[in-house]
Amino acid sequence: MIETIRKLGRWGLGSFERLGRGHIFLIHILLGIPSVLARFGLLVQQMLSVGVLSLIIIVVSGLFVGMVLGLQGYNTLVDFGAEQSLGVVVALSLVRELGPVVASLLFAGRAGSALTAEIGLMKSTEQLSGMEMMAVDPIKRVIAPRFLAGFISLPLLAAIFSAIGVVGGYFVGVGLLGVDDGAFWSQMQAKVDFSEDIMNGVIKSIVFGFVVTWIAVFEGYDCVPTSEGVSRATTRTVVHSALAILGLDFVLTALMFGNI
Amino acid sequence: MISNSDSNDVLVQIRDLHFSRGNRKIFNGVDLDIRRGKVTAIMGPSGTGKTTLLKLIGGQLKPDHGSIHVDGLEVPKLKLSKLYELRKRIGMLFQSGALLTDINVFDNVAFPIREHTNMPPAMIRDMVLMKLESVGLRNARDLMPSELSGGMARRVALARAIALDPMMILYDEPFTGQDPISMGVIVQLIRLLNDALGLSSIVVSHDVQETATIADDIYVLSEGKVVGHGTPQQLAETDSDWVKQFMQGLPDGPVPFHYPGKQYADDLLAGSEQNRVS
Repeated sequence: MIETIRKLGRWGLGSFERLGRGHIFLIHILLGIPSVLARFGLLVQQMLSVGVLSLIIIVVSGLFVGMVLGLQGYNTLVDFGAEQSLGVVVALSLVRELGPVVASLLFAGRAGSALTAEIGLMKSTEQLSGMEMMAVDPIKRVIAPRFLAGFISLPLLAAIFSAIGVVGGYFVGVGLLGVDDGAFWSQMQAKVDFSEDIMNGVIKSIVFGFVVTWIAVFEGYDCVPTSEGVSRATTRTVVHSALAILGLDFVLTALMFGNI
Repeated sequence: MISNSDSNDVLVQIRDLHFSRGNRKIFNGVDLDIRRGKVTAIMGPSGTGKTTLLKLIGGQLKPDHGSIHVDGLEVPKLKLSKLYELRKRIGMLFQSGALLTDINVFDNVAFPIREHTNMPPAMIRDMVLMKLESVGLRNARDLMPSELSGGMARRVALARAIALDPMMILYDEPFTGQDPISMGVIVQLIRLLNDALGLSSIVVSHDVQETATIADDIYVLSEGKVVGHGTPQQLAETDSDWVKQFMQGLPDGPVPFHYPGKQYADDLLAGSEQNRVS
């Protein structure tokens, strides 16, 4: 019994210590952001590997999610004779929820895990240590550009996801199921509010971008520098990011739309 | 601060160094001096904290107690900006080479120059080629680190370590895992670069023969203390059984071949006793 309580205490203390380390790490990253802006090339390079290389999975997933939404939405709405509202259903689902959430989950799996693995391997092969000994701060040179690139890329990817999703919904609803073209677009234009719907979605994706990239770079930097340590850190990135995205999504949705 | 008379000759001065990892004591009162212009070897069995000592000298770790002076500066008490200024004057060769894997040989050597100077590209190119020429890899400048052998990677890392013309180079196990030719090249390079560039070198190693051929001074560490110190010649003629065992690679001695515990005969007799009872 005592041993169980002791283990629980150790786990709790360890978790809080790690949380503290993560926050101190974040402060160091934020302090390193000005030096990244001064060397714009580093940021562009990372936006290519973090953002542009995630584009394919975002576009393809967005298209299929939009198509499924179109199909499911139509089958539900047609029972009420409201299939003309399909555009609104697809667009609101995407810009409010599915765009930011699914794009962030995909981003965590594609770019977040890659960031963790890359930084973890740099640590295990002493590249970060080597930089320190060359009087180059690895947080400014390696971590901060990746963090900023992820933070900027995710909202853009989420926007692309939503836009492609709407096209997918249009393709199924209008192209295959015969929903009226004009009604699809005009109802969407009339019912989707820029500040209420689109901006709230953008805010969500900005928050998710911040959290997912922070988790990814921290897990890489804090990993045990062995192959097993890097593998565990990569897994933790995906799991923690997914939990953080879904948990934060509820909190943000409640604040934005829940009247709580 | 160390005195001026000492600082003229001693580049690194360590006094009463204590360092622990968790409950394990790594250093328990180590004193040593690294003289300017010399190749000093730190030797000892695996796990004695030789690499840790380099990290303490480079300021990547802080001691629990004691002082570490490098060129008159007390490393553990330096602010980060001052520590980075000092590190610009120290090169380090990691055991793995620690080359940046996403850029080629040329860019690896150019990395510290680009980070710390505003030299025009043409001048950086000339400097990098000179450094690569000195390690014999000028024509390998377009290769990626993954295309290099272990020995070549260490030579590139050595070229990078001397890129900013440091006052001192720290070598972490430079001979480990090298074939005889690569090892010969690195042994020669350490001595030649030290003398030609007027450096001071600290070589951490447990390869006795190779290290003894180039070192001016050797410290032998064991169980957190310096157990032997002198020139290779002095250590070869030492009276200390421990140092003799280490330098000659004897399988048994003060460091026993058998893991300590029960006597062999007692252990066997205990088995016979059990059989009789059962």
